[in-house]
Parts: sequence; structure tokens; C-alpha cells
Amino acid sequence: MSELLQIDNLGKRFGGFVALENITLSVRAGERLGLIGPNGSGKSTLVNCICGTLRHEQGSVRFDGRTLDGLIAHQRTHLGLARSFQLPRPFVSLSLIDNIRIPLLYTVAARGTHRAAREVEDRCSDLLREVGLQAKAHHLPRDLTQVEMRKLELARAMAAEPKLLIADESMAGLTHSEIQDILTLLVRLNERGVTIILIEHIMRAVMSFSQRLVVLVSGRKIADGRPDEVVRNPEVEKAYLG
Amino acid sequence: MRTPLFVLIWLVIGGVLFAVSVALGNDYVFFAGYVVLQYVVLGTAWNILGGYCGYVNFGSAAFFALGAYSTVAIYKFYPLPIPLLLPISAVVSGVVGFGMGYLTLRLRGAFFAIATLALAVVLETLVVNWDYVGGSRGAYIIRPEEIEPIGNYIRYLFLIMLLLAIGAITVARLIERSRLGYGFATIRDDELAAEASGVPTLRLKLTATTISGALMGMAGAPFPYYIGYLQPSSTFGLDYAVNSIAMPLIGGTTSWVGPLIGALLLGSMQQIATVTISSAVNLLIVGCVLVAFVIVAPNGIIGMVHTYLQRKPDDFVGRRRVDADLPGAVP
Repeated sequence: MSELLQIDNLGKRFGGFVALENITLSVRAGERLGLIGPNGSGKSTLVNCICGTLRHEQGSVRFDGRTLDGLIAHQRTHLGLARSFQLPRPFVSLSLIDNIRIPLLYTVAARGTHRAAREVEDRCSDLLREVGLQAKAHHLPRDLTQVEMRKLELARAMAAEPKLLIADESMAGLTHSEIQDILTLLVRLNERGVTIILIEHIMRAVMSFSQRLVVLVSGRKIADGRPDEVVRNPEVEKAYLG
Repeated sequence: MRTPLFVLIWLVIGGVLFAVSVALGNDYVFFAGYVVLQYVVLGTAWNILGGYCGYVNFGSAAFFALGAYSTVAIYKFYPLPIPLLLPISAVVSGVVGFGMGYLTLRLRGAFFAIATLALAVVLETLVVNWDYVGGSRGAYIIRPEEIEPIGNYIRYLFLIMLLLAIGAITVARLIERSRLGYGFATIRDDELAAEASGVPTLRLKLTATTISGALMGMAGAPFPYYIGYLQPSSTFGLDYAVNSIAMPLIGGTTSWVGPLIGALLLGSMQQIATVTISSAVNLLIVGCVLVAFVIVAPNGIIGMVHTYLQRKPDDFVGRRRVDADLPGAVP
């Protein structure tokens, strides 16, 4: 399999604080990668640098054969990168179906796939049905429960028809069965060929999902490999257990 | 409803309005009506940036005045008919709107508002020191008495503003129902999430400032002919800025109906107060009504109506942006 995402020597500082240091990481097309690390280890910063929400000072990010450095967030989305946010950020004044409509109107359409209004409508409904939110299609996001909010977040990312989906802690605070729901969703997506990076604290979920596990601690990558080997790595144990 | 039908209906309504005003036989109706319609345009224009995108522009007076002073500058050179002045003013104000957007759109909330207010001050200073358009002395424009075939010139101005108002609400409605409208709504809600969904936020915001600025400029273009004597301090006056914010807020910012209702309501109240009480009481009215609305109906009249309709068992929830929130309103 070919490399879809290639991060080379990436560095990011906030003033004097080094948030990310020499991160080198590659993700193959179709892979399911888990990214873990203690709070404040730079996981979300890494996502933000990949997706263009933050600008990195050092190193480069290549995606699907193109260098992303200098591209604005929406341009990266157009290229096939999608993300969900750690804290769900729905468009609060738009109904669920309209939330889903946005990536279809702006990302999928920008790739030259023209759909008639009716088709867009159907596609939105399909996506909502897939995450089990079709009954609330015309509600506003404020009517949703926490898990539904996460599902909406994922559905919106899926609507952009990405090659790579980065799910940033999309299971935090959910119950056992809710976690299972989200995992099933992600696996199904992966089976359709979408590469997925899962950032998560819930180890059970990460272990069952990931084919490969990467550990960040204090802005550095300390482990990268098969999940069962990585969790036995003494450095990883030390970072987690002190 | 299709747009041509929408325009046609409003042209009929406008025609009836004009006919009734003529039938009343008092030209003061046209004087007062002109101002109300001018606020329909200003409120609608403000709402494209302020209501749809959530960027509060305090510099409406600057764009309005730019339109008015474009007219003065051209008049001093060669008096053109007003229908030609409109597009020129639109271009001037639109370009300034684009420039302002480019410089200030990295600011959000109160900071953006302050920057737009500053723009008004800067432009006023420029005009005050520009002798060609009269400087601080102001500029006179001699209004023709009559124009064929409409008759009294004020009727002609009223008619122009009427058409402009119909144009403005049509533009606003078109935006609302288009891809652009959805994009604007995402900017209002969450720019980070908008970018992540592929919305080019900067480009859309510049589109909004340009359209909004151009419409405000057009509202100002016939103004020198209306007022006869154009003076910087009143043309750049806070009245315009405050009114063009207050009217959409009172009507409701999420649809084209809001600014229309707000401007008709508040504009007429002000005109009536000017005649019956005093012209100075205008802004007091605006202030009181605004305070009342912020307390009673933070989503404006439209929001109030929607909340009322939602209590009924029909499917009004299905409508897009139901009582979508104003910037800063309590959900």
C-alpha cells in the first residue's frame, strides 16, 4: 500500500513552549491508525497542523502526493482530509440535515462532482440514516444528546467524502455501548477504503480499532508499531503510569 | 416561490404603494416614505454581513456617505442622471467594503465593530478635508423641480428608492436560499468548523462585505438630491449606523423579512415622531425599542413569530434556521 499521509520532521511552538518536536509519521492508504498520549502531549496540535487550523513552523506535511504546507484549512478539506473536533462544533443555527449539506455543497462540489439539489438532499438523508440520526434531520443541534452530537460530527466529516478521516476523541465521555456504536461506524467507513486516524484516551477502543499505534508524549513521538507491542514498551508505560 | 414571481409581487405592491401615495395628494408622504425605504435598503444591506455572517458593522454611515459623496463628486464634474449614479456608487462603496473586509475580517466580535466605526471616522476626516466635494462647508446640489413624466422630483426619488428596496430584498432573499447563504450561516456559527467542512471563509466574508457595502452605497447615491445640502457630520452621522443595526435586530436577522419589518416599523415611527413630537426624539425611540426587544424578543419579531408557531403541532421545525440565534443572543 502507498503512503497517503507523510509527516516529516514537523515542529510547532507556542511562544517558548515546544508543542511538537520533530514528528515524523507516515500513514498508508486504508490504514487504521491509533494516536494516543497523555493530556497535553500534542495530539490535537498535530491534528490542527495536519488540517491547517494551525501553521507549523518546521517540517512538512504531504498528503496524497501533494505538499500541504501553506494551504488553508478548507483547501486541505477539498483535497480529501476531514476531521471531527474534540468538542463537537456543529453549526448551531442549521438543522442537522443542513449541517451535513455544507461539506456536500462546498467540498464535494469543489471537486467537480456536480449533484442536483435532489441528489444532495438524498445523500444528506443517507448519511444521517447511517449514523442513526434521520429522525432528527430537521432538528437543531441543541436538541441532540452528547453521543448524537458526536455522530453528527462524524457524519459531517464523512459527508466531505474524505480519503483520510481524523477522529479527535470522538468517544470521550460516552458509555460502553455508545463507544461501540461509534467504533462500528468507523470500521465500516474504513472498510470502504477511508484511512482513519483515531485519537482516543479510551484504551479498549483504541486497541480494538487500531492496526498500528503511535504514542506522543510532550510533543515527541516515543513509540510507533503494533498496538500490543507498543503498550508493552517501557517508555510508554512510564509515560502513562509515571 | 421563484425569484421572478417574488420580484413581480413586490413590484405590484410597490406600484400600489406609489399610487396610494399619489392619491393622497400630499408630497410630504414621499419625503417621509423615501427615508423609510432608504432604511429598508440600509437595514437589508447591514443584515447581509451582520445577520447572515454575524459580523457587526458599525460603519454603515461610511458606506452610505460614500455613495452620497460619489454623487456629489460626479455632480461637480458633470451632473449625471440618478440611475447612472447608482452603479457608480455601488462600485465605490463595494470596493471600499472589500478593502475594509480584507483589512479587518481577521478581527471578530467587538473588535470588528470598533474597526468599522474607525473606518467611518477616517472617511469623514478625508471628506472634511477634500475641498472639491465641499469639505466641512458641505455641498449644495440643486434639485430639478420636475422630471418627466413623473412630475415632482421627490416622487421620482421615492420611486428610485422603492425600486432599490425591492432590489435589496431580492438580493438578500437570493443569498439566503443559495449555497452562499448556507456558507454565510456557517461563518456565523463556527468559522473553524466551516473551514473544516471546506467553506472558504475569507472569500465568503469578502463577498458579504462587498455586497453589503455596495447596497449601502446605492442607498446613499440619491441622497444629495433628496437633502439638497450635504454636510459631512450629518451624512456620516451615527443615526445611520445605529438605525441600520437596530432595524434588523428588531425585525430579526436570519431572513430578509426581518430588516424589512424592522425598517418599516422603526422608520415609520421615527417619521411620525418627527412630525408630531420633535426630530430629536428619533434616536431615543430607537434606543427604547431596542432595549425592549433585547429583553422581550432577542431574536426579533421573526424569532417571536417562529417561537409562537413552533408551539403549534405543525412542522415548522423543518424550516431552515428556525429561530437561529443573533450574534450574542440567549438561545
